[in-house]
Amino acid sequence: MKRAQLFAGLALVALVVVTAVVSLFWTPFDPIRVVPGQRLLGPGWPHLLGTDGFGIDIASRLMVGARTVLTVGIISVGLAAVVGVPLGMLAGQNGGWVDEVVMRVGDVVYAFPALLLAILLASVFGASTVTAMVAIGVASIPAFARVARAGTLQVMASDFVLAARASGTSRWGIARRHVLPNIAPVVGVQASVGFALAILAEAALSYLGLATPRPTPTWGNMLRDAQQFLFVAPLQALWPGLAIALAVLGFNLLGDGLRDYLDPRLREVP
Amino acid sequence: MSLLEVRELDVSFGRRRAPAVRGVSFSLDAGQRLGVIGESGSGKTVTALAVTGLLPENAHVGGSVRLGGTEMIGLDERGLARLRGDTVSMVFQEPMTALDPTMRVGRQVAEVLRLHQGAESGPARDRVIAMLDEVGLADPERVADAFPHQLSGGQRQRAILAMALINSPDLVICDEPTTALDVTVQALVLAKLDEVLQASGAACLFISHDLAVVSQVCDQVLVMLDGRIVETGTVERLFTAPEHPYTRGLVATAQLERADPGQRLPTVDDFYAEAEHG
Repeated sequence: MKRAQLFAGLALVALVVVTAVVSLFWTPFDPIRVVPGQRLLGPGWPHLLGTDGFGIDIASRLMVGARTVLTVGIISVGLAAVVGVPLGMLAGQNGGWVDEVVMRVGDVVYAFPALLLAILLASVFGASTVTAMVAIGVASIPAFARVARAGTLQVMASDFVLAARASGTSRWGIARRHVLPNIAPVVGVQASVGFALAILAEAALSYLGLATPRPTPTWGNMLRDAQQFLFVAPLQALWPGLAIALAVLGFNLLGDGLRDYLDPRLREVP
Repeated sequence: MSLLEVRELDVSFGRRRAPAVRGVSFSLDAGQRLGVIGESGSGKTVTALAVTGLLPENAHVGGSVRLGGTEMIGLDERGLARLRGDTVSMVFQEPMTALDPTMRVGRQVAEVLRLHQGAESGPARDRVIAMLDEVGLADPERVADAFPHQLSGGQRQRAILAMALINSPDLVICDEPTTALDVTVQALVLAKLDEVLQASGAACLFISHDLAVVSQVCDQVLVMLDGRIVETGTVERLFTAPEHPYTRGLVATAQLERADPGQRLPTVDDFYAEAEHG
């Protein structure tokens, strides 16, 4: 039963990844070129999900949108993990004032709304995929730092760290060879959950026009386009919404599934 | 000059400076084996951790611990790291948690060689397997490639023994190494420890709450109570002519087969009641 969650999550995530990869080589129609004669068609053949207000095939745009989702997710979660995990480990291993400074700064970043940061970056550098990635990434750093710190505290209190110190392992050696491998599972779970949050944040930002600019299709700006025709062609808003919901669900299920799978106390007896 | 020279060691913890060890002095020559015996909280483990500089940061340490001529108290982390694993190594009580679950056992044993001799993994592996064989592990190749959770408690404790001995330290500190093992495995591990120590000529500080266990490995014993040493002597003398009432109690409880059938078994309190003496 627990495994079902993991596999459902994996399947949804795989669907997003495969879609994004396929879109690099093939989409049913051009995802950018405007075709005035085919505006607002309903679902049918050959436009499976219909066309939008510019006469562009919605299925093709959704496929290309999956790329942005993955790029933003990977880069922002990667940024957050690469900065947050070492900081959390540093705080957990040293304790004292280092811990205090790192975690309080983390609290401040945590309290600062990501949206505000995104607006700030967009107004200075112009809205782009990069500003969205940086805003989401920076906002996610504290979550990773906290998870890493909690894991580090637990590992540092263990007998095998004492044994490693008794064999002459340096602090750095303990961090690299003992702490990091032992906290990797919880960081992985956090990455999966963080990915889901990043997808939502990216959709919100591009809906507001604070991320990837047109004409590149993203699920968020597709939602925005659909809004104008909400009463004429309501289905047009359904597709990107559904895509976002399924992708978020997928990464959340994967995260929870991983947590259950990796936690020996919750593991089923084979 | 002795290998280990502990003088007037005082350890207390926290802001209230709760004393754990008070004025402990003893010395250990190269190749000599000394048992430290006492109940939980008597300061045995704290003494061992003080010798290796592994006490937590909230510990206040006074006195002197000289290991191979180097003063350990007040030595910086780098200096301590150089001695740990090289001059002194430790065997811990809990075999289930003293091995890193994410690291293969062989690599973990090789770690100390890599740290102190910069050994490459290829030649190190041969030494690791030879060492695992020496501590009596039946299938050393398989054990080296296994993760800790794939081994039994006795196998793990022997792997930990191998880890402590592979770099031929001058002093091995064993902190209740067999307490977590059942009696049969305990006897095996103790026999191996005795054998391996004999072969390497390392000195040993053996900590236990069990006089019977200590007597299998050591010839000299010191008895700790409440952070102080109350009696020292050879195992033989302690068994035949214990001086301190607490030691008398320990000896009586270690020789339960001498109790008269039908009579209540002796306890330490019969000989030494803390309320009267403390």
